[in-house]
Amino acid sequence: MIYDKGKIFLGLAIFLALVASPFWYNPVFGTGKTAPPEVKLPAKEKGDCVLPKAEMRSSHMQVIYDWRETVVRGGGRSVVLPDHREMKMSLSNTCLGCHDNKKEFCDACHGYLAVKPFCWDCHFNPKEQV
Amino acid sequence: MGTGEGKGMDRRGFLKLAGLGALGAAALPAGWSLVKPGEALAALGGTVAGGVVAGRRWAMVVDLRKECPAGCRDCIAACNTTHNVPTFSDEAEPKRHEIKWIWQAHFYSAFTGIEQTHGREDLEKREVTVLCNHCENPPCVRVCPTKATYRRPDGIVMMDFHRCIGCRFCMAGCPYGSRSFNWRDPAAGLPAKMTNPEYPRRMRGVVEKCTFCSERLDAGKQPACVEVCKEKLLIFGDVANPASPVRELLKEHYTIRRKPNLGTDPQVYYIV
Repeated sequence: MIYDKGKIFLGLAIFLALVASPFWYNPVFGTGKTAPPEVKLPAKEKGDCVLPKAEMRSSHMQVIYDWRETVVRGGGRSVVLPDHREMKMSLSNTCLGCHDNKKEFCDACHGYLAVKPFCWDCHFNPKEQV
Repeated sequence: MGTGEGKGMDRRGFLKLAGLGALGAAALPAGWSLVKPGEALAALGGTVAGGVVAGRRWAMVVDLRKECPAGCRDCIAACNTTHNVPTFSDEAEPKRHEIKWIWQAHFYSAFTGIEQTHGREDLEKREVTVLCNHCENPPCVRVCPTKATYRRPDGIVMMDFHRCIGCRFCMAGCPYGSRSFNWRDPAAGLPAKMTNPEYPRRMRGVVEKCTFCSERLDAGKQPACVEVCKEKLLIFGDVANPASPVRELLKEHYTIRRKPNLGTDPQVYYIV
């Protein structure tokens, strides 16, 4: 026998509904605008990026991390890719040299995914500087 | 107890499962472990060009035979603009949050332990240019808990600002005061437009110091301070090479170093 059965089960139902809100809020009240942002590629395509587009999309952070370790820890400043292109390993100068619109390229996706890379605490976009 | 017939797991069963779990964890594919530097590049099939040349030993000679022209701070200004070193001039105490890579210090605060009652009076009154000594046996590297500062094979005591956790052990370890801590956000001490957009700035809570312009050396240039000195009082080179200008100067002149009795083997030499 439970005293105040109605109140308790009502309270439990409200509690569960609130806890589960992340699952139902968007389908019920969402505006439906959940499409991922369009990433603007540089206007003038200067050939391939470091890796093919799909791989770049999935593992650019690994490439950047790798470049960082290689450059800062004294392993070298430029890399020769298998297709004999030589590239300076530099976020501000090489990456942003082509992808000159940081807001529409980097920030569009990072903002959508709520990723906060701390690159920009120190490195900056030379195009925005000048 | 422990018969294994109850609801729970007995000791023996638990140990068996734990052992299996440990085996499984050990057999996880390499993708699950942290990727070491260079691994992703190697996976691309790319090769890295340039980098530290083993067998070199970078060092600097500061010529004190000639005095710096009055008021000349060209080397300091060049360094600060090249590396986006912040200046906080609004402070009542100008040295409070000072960030310095290369600076001027009084002769007797730079060279301790050689004080004598009667000596070179002209030197005694002098300010001398001091910077990180890029010691052969750097105490800052010994105390750094994250290897954010480390000695490269070519002798440069480097800073990896990404790894610095701001513990300031290195500042306690360095007997030359060559390291500065960013108590304030360095962006506040820099102009809105970076003087050198090609070089990053630092963030708050990071220690910084002279890196012998490793980025310029890799590009085949001399350090910024050496290049800009009109009087040619700073000479930079490879002391491992017997024919280098630095070695020639060291052979010809008597030089002193800062606090050599501490055993750090500093690599900035002063011609007196």
